This record gives sequence, structure tokens and C-alpha cells, in this order.
Amino acid sequence: MQEEEENSRRSFLKAGLITGAAAIAAGVIGCNSDTKPPGSLTGKKVPLLDSAGNLIYVDEGQIPVHTNFKGITNEESRKGIPGKKFVMVIDLAKCDGCGKCTEACNKMHFLPKEKEWIQVLEMQDAPKEAPYFFPKPCFHCDDPPCTKVCPVDATFKREDGIVSVDIDRCIGCRFCMAACPYSVRVFNWTEPVKPDIIEETPSMERAFQSKKGCVEKCDFCSHMSRVDELPACVTGCPMDAIYFGDENEDAVTNKSGQTEKLSQMLEDRAAYRFMEELGTKPRVYYLPPVNRLYPKPNMNDAKS
Amino acid sequence: MHFKTENNTAASINLEMESDVLKSITYTSAKGKLWIALLLLIFIAGIIAYGIQLKNGLIVTSMRNYVSWGLYISMFIFFIGISHVGALMSSILRLTGAEWRFPITRMAEAITFSSLLFAGIMPILDMGRPDRILFLFTHGRIQSPILWDIIAIATYFVGSTIYLYLPMIPDIAMLRDKLNHASRWRKKLYRILSVGWKGTEVQKQLLEKCMNIMTAIILPVAITVHTVVAWLLAMTLRTGWNSTVLGPYFVSAAIMSGAAAVLIAMAVFRKAYHLEKYITIVHFKNLSLLLFVLTLIYAYFNLNEYGVPAYKMERAESEYLNELFYGAHAPLYWSVQILGLLVPLILLAFKRIRNSIGWIVFVSSLIVIGAMVKRYIIVIPTMLHPFVPIQNAPIGYGSYFPSVVEWLVTLGALAGFILVYTLFSKLFPIITLWETSDAIKDKGAEIVGVDSRVSSPVSI
Repeated sequence: MQEEEENSRRSFLKAGLITGAAAIAAGVIGCNSDTKPPGSLTGKKVPLLDSAGNLIYVDEGQIPVHTNFKGITNEESRKGIPGKKFVMVIDLAKCDGCGKCTEACNKMHFLPKEKEWIQVLEMQDAPKEAPYFFPKPCFHCDDPPCTKVCPVDATFKREDGIVSVDIDRCIGCRFCMAACPYSVRVFNWTEPVKPDIIEETPSMERAFQSKKGCVEKCDFCSHMSRVDELPACVTGCPMDAIYFGDENEDAVTNKSGQTEKLSQMLEDRAAYRFMEELGTKPRVYYLPPVNRLYPKPNMNDAKS
Repeated sequence: MHFKTENNTAASINLEMESDVLKSITYTSAKGKLWIALLLLIFIAGIIAYGIQLKNGLIVTSMRNYVSWGLYISMFIFFIGISHVGALMSSILRLTGAEWRFPITRMAEAITFSSLLFAGIMPILDMGRPDRILFLFTHGRIQSPILWDIIAIATYFVGSTIYLYLPMIPDIAMLRDKLNHASRWRKKLYRILSVGWKGTEVQKQLLEKCMNIMTAIILPVAITVHTVVAWLLAMTLRTGWNSTVLGPYFVSAAIMSGAAAVLIAMAVFRKAYHLEKYITIVHFKNLSLLLFVLTLIYAYFNLNEYGVPAYKMERAESEYLNELFYGAHAPLYWSVQILGLLVPLILLAFKRIRNSIGWIVFVSSLIVIGAMVKRYIIVIPTMLHPFVPIQNAPIGYGSYFPSVVEWLVTLGALAGFILVYTLFSKLFPIITLWETSDAIKDKGAEIVGVDSRVSSPVSI
């Protein structure tokens, strides 16, 4: 009974948050997109969550509907999605190392096998400590060592927290690769294979971001966030281990649409950030691999 | 500008020395021609290899995502290193009033010119998008150490070239006046570069003043250059680079390798251009003693750079140091530390070694090659030891050994460096004639270190 209640509450929250996120995002980006302005009241109320987590009811007619985001300019994508602060939470207790996140990411961004924007590593911090699988996307640090050293502002921190790369600006010096302590960045050593269909967008927010002689990396699927969709790794994770959301909304969502209150989740599950001592302030949180739901990695098999 | 030929290019000139040195400009032996042809050939091979790299992308190198900087960046640091010999000669020896420096200053400063030229090219060869190089100026971020490098190296290049050029003016004027049989372009070159020098008192005073200013400027610039080059690595969080002594450590290595490079150049020019009377054992003795001191300083920084973290063995540091001390890079590391540092240090401590040109050239070669390999040891093992383990890396991603293209491009750059240096000596006197003459006149042949049979200069 209680469980049932819990479930219905969760699915309701999910619906609310998704719509809420859409509404808020659409409301603030209105200027960039082909938006239908809020029209007359329809009388139909839509449940939404405000940033404090309270339920509010808004008339459907007051929610602007976006239809097209092709109008995003490069300058706008340099600024980021207004009002957002993207954040990712990875539950190591749920990760079974299947690598589906990498697969989904590579499919989304048309990446060949040797490029991995999200890597699943097998880690063991000390011989007696528990081994665990460690999915590693770009951490989109708040104090990123990579953007600091870029000589031409080709990689930069956006207002929505995303560390982005402008492949039309990158000179290929690879200083950012040397500076990134997490080995996240990959380089186009050769002419990348272009997919048949490439979206021609003036913005750098796009799926295919490979250019010969330029650096690329995980961009939190900013082109998906623009239309209120989850990143490829999140929707690709069959274990529901990866959560993505907005710190301002204090909510993160996984593949199944389970939405959690971010602050509570981080507190309850004793979340940590990888190598906090480096001072880079990552935007990716890890939940420790306690009470695991999968067999631990066999460290003898780990290739190094 | 006026191009009237005047005979009194300098108040006093040693005619014997003049004709001895000018022989190297007017006449090129068969061996010399072969040498130039060989260098040109390697240089062209390097250009072709770079063309292949441009066409196919950096895939033709062995660099991959983990080792994203390789031989090119190592050689960049090496070239910057030996370029410091100019500052050593022009500033340190001048400030300490070492009169014996005169016959070798130009050799040293020409090394600076040539090596800086190629130091500046190396990072461009390493770029993925050299076509976007102008972005560095149109979109440059001063917060990036790369911009610091560009500013520092450009300043040092301009400064050291001015410093190379200033004392050349009277000598070029002499060439303009005396080389009557030179080809037309040469005559034009000398005429333009001698900027109407007539050797008047006013001109001399002006020249002296300019040189004094440059002495004061060039030393801090040189130190800045290698410090910011070290910061290229030290400003990252990478194990092995994340070190506070990296700047001074690089500066000490730079001056040492530069001094060793000029000792080799001295021996080569002495033999090839028959300058035995002017570059004598005195210069080798003095400079090799200086090299000994510089090697000691470098050893001290090595102790700091490797000894201090090795005592503490912090986790990431220990993985990196174990790789150097016992792992895959241990043979290279110990060869460099023993052959490039310990052996030269012990050898140079002996007076007998410092009295023999043959030994000095041997030791200097060890130091220069050691310096080159050391840059490699500084760049590559660190890149192979990131904080997150290298796992399931595609073939060739988890290790590094330079590819054929990288070797060819690097050899081409080295050959280009030596070629520019050689051609310089074919265009201009490799010994500063008027300064040496003046010094012999003022202090005597013995103090300047030239053969005592070299007669006192005659006033014209």
C-alpha cells in the first residue's frame, strides 16, 4: 500500500518536473526560439514544481510552447541555456559496467570506437578496498583547468555550468588535454568520418562535433537540454545509474524518469566528487558503491 | 642612408685576424659544401614529412589521446634551452667583465638566433590547426601560458637578435668596404645592414650605449622565457609537472646545455675555419670551468625535482617516480641522469679534462644529448601517468614512441637549426673582429685569450 503510494507520488513528480523543466526552460529561452507567446487562458491547469520544490498549478495557456530551436546562434550557445545549472549524479551502487552509456553516447555523437566521451573504468583505490565500475564523463568543473589554459577561448565555461568546445575556434594545441587531470578530452588525429545526416546549425550545440585537428569532449548533450531531453548516456543506462538535472531546480532525473531532489540525494547517499583535492569543483557527483546490485568488477581482468 | 665607402670602419683592426676570419666567408671548402648540402637534404626531408603530416593530420605521429604532446614539444623546450647561451655570453660574462669572452660571443649569440627561430616553429608543427594560427592574436587570452610563451619568446628573439646585430654593424661595414669581389646581393645586404656605419666617435658612443642597455635587458628576458616555458607544464595539475621548482630547474638546464652547445660550436669552427690562433685552449678552459659550475647548479635542481617527491612518495607521484626509477622509462632516465649529468660532472671536475679540447667536446656532447633526452623524459612519462588509469586503450594509445614522420620533422628542424647557423658563419664574421681587436689593444692578447703571436692591432 505504502509502496503503491510511493510509486504514484513518484510518477506524478516525474511528470510534474519534466513539464516544469520544459516550462521554465521555454519561458526563459523564449527570445531565442520560434515561440508561441502565452495566449489566452484555457482553464486547464497544469501541475508544475517551482524551484523550492513546491507544487504550483499554472494555466496551460500561460506556458509558452517552443517549436524550433534551430535559431540558436553560436554566441547564444557560448552563453548557455539561461537560468540553468546542469549537474549529473552517478550512482556507483547501480553501475554494473555494461558500457551502454558509452555506446549510447557514441551513437548520439557519431563517435568511432577509439573515442569515448564517457568511459567506464574499473577502479580499486587500495588492495583491500572494494572494486567498482566508474563511468567518467566530462566533469564540467566549476573551476576548469582546461578552459584556464586555452589560448584562444575555444573551450570555455558557460553560464549553465557546461564546459563547451568551439571546434570552429580550436587551434589544436592540445594544452587543454594536457591540463585536464581526468583525461576526458579526445583529439581528432585524423579526418573524422562524417555521418550522412549532419544538422547544419550555426550553434556549437549539435550532436556531431568532430573536426580534424580539433579537440572534442562530452558536452552534457547541450543540444538535448535545449529541448528538455536527457543526455544520451542517461537515457542509455539500463541500470538507471545516471541522473541528470538542474541544480537550480534541485532535481535530477534518470532513464526511468525517477526524479530525485538533488540536495537530499547528495546528503542521504553521502555523495562525493572525484579527486576533490584538485580543487576543480566538478559538476558530477558520485554516490558510493554501497549495497551494490551487481557483481563487482574482477580487478584481475582489468586491462591497464 | 648613405653608402659612401670609407676605409676607417673601426679605429683599429687587427689585419691578420681580419684576413684569417674573412677566409671563412670568401672561401668554402669542398667539405663545407658537402656539409651544407647534407643539412639542406635533411631539412628538405623534414619539410616533406611535415607536408605528409599536414595532409593526413597528426595521425601520422605517434601521439594519441593520452600522450597528446610528444617529441615536438620536447624539442621545443630543448631549442629554447640552448638558446640561453646568448644571454649567458652577452649578459653574464659581460657583467662579470670576462675579457676572454670576445672571440666567442658571436658564436654564442648566433646559436641563440638560430635555435630560437626553430624553437618558435616547433609548437606550430605540433598544432592540429596551423591554419588558425592567427586566432592567437585575434582571440588570444592573456590568461593562457601559451600567450605568455609567445610574448616572452618573441621579446627574447627580437632582443637577442638586436644584441647579435649591434656589435655586427662595424664588422658588416668592413665587409661592405673590403669584399669587392662579392656578389651583388651580398654587397647589397652588407650595405643595408651596415646602416651607414663610418666609425665616427658619435656612432661608436651610440653603439656602446645601445649595447649597455641590451646587456641589462636581455638577462631577465632570457630567464623569463625559460620560466614561462616551464610553466607551460608546471601550470597543469599533472604529476611530474606540478612542481614549484620547474621554472628555475629549466633555466639551469637551459644555461648548462647552451654553454655545452657553444663549446661544441667553438671546437668545430676552430677546426673548420682554422681559427686556432683566436679560439684557444684558454677559452675552452674558462668556459668548461663555467660549464662545471652550471652542471653543479643543474644537479642541485635535479635533487630538488626528483629527490624531494621521492622522499614523500605521495600516491600519484610514487607511480610516476617508480616508472622513472624502475619501470619502462628507467633505462632512459638513468642513462640521462648518469651520462648526461653525473659523468660530465665528475669529468669536468678534473683539470686534465678541462685542459683537453677533445675531452671537452666529448663531455659537452654528452650534456647536449642528455639535455635533449631529458626533455623527452620530462614530457612523456608524465603524460603516460594521468590520475585516472589508462584502461582498454586502443592499440597505440597507451604508449609512445615517435613515428617516422616525427623523427624526420624533428631531424629536419635540427638540421635547419645547424644550417642557419652555418650559413650565418658564411655571411658574417663568426668572431667579432672590432671588439676582439679593441680588447687585444686595451688588455693584451693574453687576457683576451688569443695566441700571443697575434700582433697588436694597427691603427688605420
